[in-house]
Amino acid sequence: MTAFPLQIVTPDGLIFDGMAEEIVVRTTTGDMGVMAGHINCVAPLGMGRATMIIDGQKKYGACIGGILSVLDGTVRLVPTTFEWADAIDAERAQRAAERAKAALAEKNISQEELRLAEARLKRALVRMNVADQGNIR
Amino acid sequence: MAQVSAKEIKNRIRSMESTKQITKAMEMVAASKLRRAQMQVAHSRPYFEILRDVIRDIVSHNTEKSLPYFESVRKGEMKTACIVIAGDRGLAGGYNSNILKKCMEEIQEGDAAVLPIGKKALDFFRARNVPLISESYPQAEDVCVSDCFTLAKQLCKAFKDGEYSRILIGYTRFVSVLSQVPVTMPLLPLEKEENVQSASAADVLYEPGSEEVFETIIPEYLGGIIYGALCECRAAEQAARRTAMDSATQNADEMIAELSLKFNQARQAAITQEITEIVAGS
Repeated sequence: MTAFPLQIVTPDGLIFDGMAEEIVVRTTTGDMGVMAGHINCVAPLGMGRATMIIDGQKKYGACIGGILSVLDGTVRLVPTTFEWADAIDAERAQRAAERAKAALAEKNISQEELRLAEARLKRALVRMNVADQGNIR
Repeated sequence: MAQVSAKEIKNRIRSMESTKQITKAMEMVAASKLRRAQMQVAHSRPYFEILRDVIRDIVSHNTEKSLPYFESVRKGEMKTACIVIAGDRGLAGGYNSNILKKCMEEIQEGDAAVLPIGKKALDFFRARNVPLISESYPQAEDVCVSDCFTLAKQLCKAFKDGEYSRILIGYTRFVSVLSQVPVTMPLLPLEKEENVQSASAADVLYEPGSEEVFETIIPEYLGGIIYGALCECRAAEQAARRTAMDSATQNADEMIAELSLKFNQARQAAITQEITEIVAGS
């Protein structure tokens, strides 16, 4: 399969810089797949699993927020956070999910707190989901 | 030369020595903090650079006009919003004054408001009666990633509402341990760079739509840039402090050597005089 240059970078550092054959990421409007020769494209990222095919190997990651840009054949993924499935601390995500659920169960929380707790819960669920799938395959 | 008493010189040597101990300790603290900050910069710099390139490329590929953030909504005279990142503490050589001076020049013309990050920046602009956007970031050390994104959202909204016609960021670039350069960087409105290849202005697919895309990615971009700048600043501050304290320690060493020489001379002179007196008296 033809490969294309892919860069994944987050505020915590350069996660990946090399050639990839295919990526599928969750944008705000749904999953989007990119292969070599893709049209120039820009999309904001949602929260979800990212699938990368690198050297014929499938790899999963939890990819949250940010920008996907495909320009002149180069794919640049600039998420707010990105973790490979094997680097996710599933227990920590579990705890975070429970905390967020407890916060959501509270009767009188402000709009701001509600939004934060929902975002936390979503992130934790994405991480747990990705960690599970990463272990199976 | 006026005769300074040996006791006076001895006192000065002693005070010089305690100063030297302090500067030495500060240098060591700065050096260890610098190491951590340097590592952080090494992580955040690729993000900062790639993010900036991505936005620059998107902007230069863009053929559509009248998108949000490309032009200021504000009509009439310019109003600048300037984010200034400086340190929380002094004794860092020219670190704070360089960046503050640079930003002051930038906002001199026209109407401007400043968003200071760090105690020194806050104090500086407050003393000069420059309107402040927010005073909630007095500690540059404590600002975290999510603060940067909140801040970015707030500024983007203000820009879209027409409160400001231009948004700038002033920070210190950490070039190396010995060199830090204060810079200002325009953030909004997005401007096309002239020399970037415009030949490949092939259409860009915006998913779901160009307006929504820019609505979402620009606050993201601003937040990322602010965070990256903050990391640069932290490293630059520690590096500046380390260098300043290193030279202070050296100066103290020199002065101690000079004073010790004087002290010895004075002591020798006193002994000689005493001997002369004894010899003359006998």
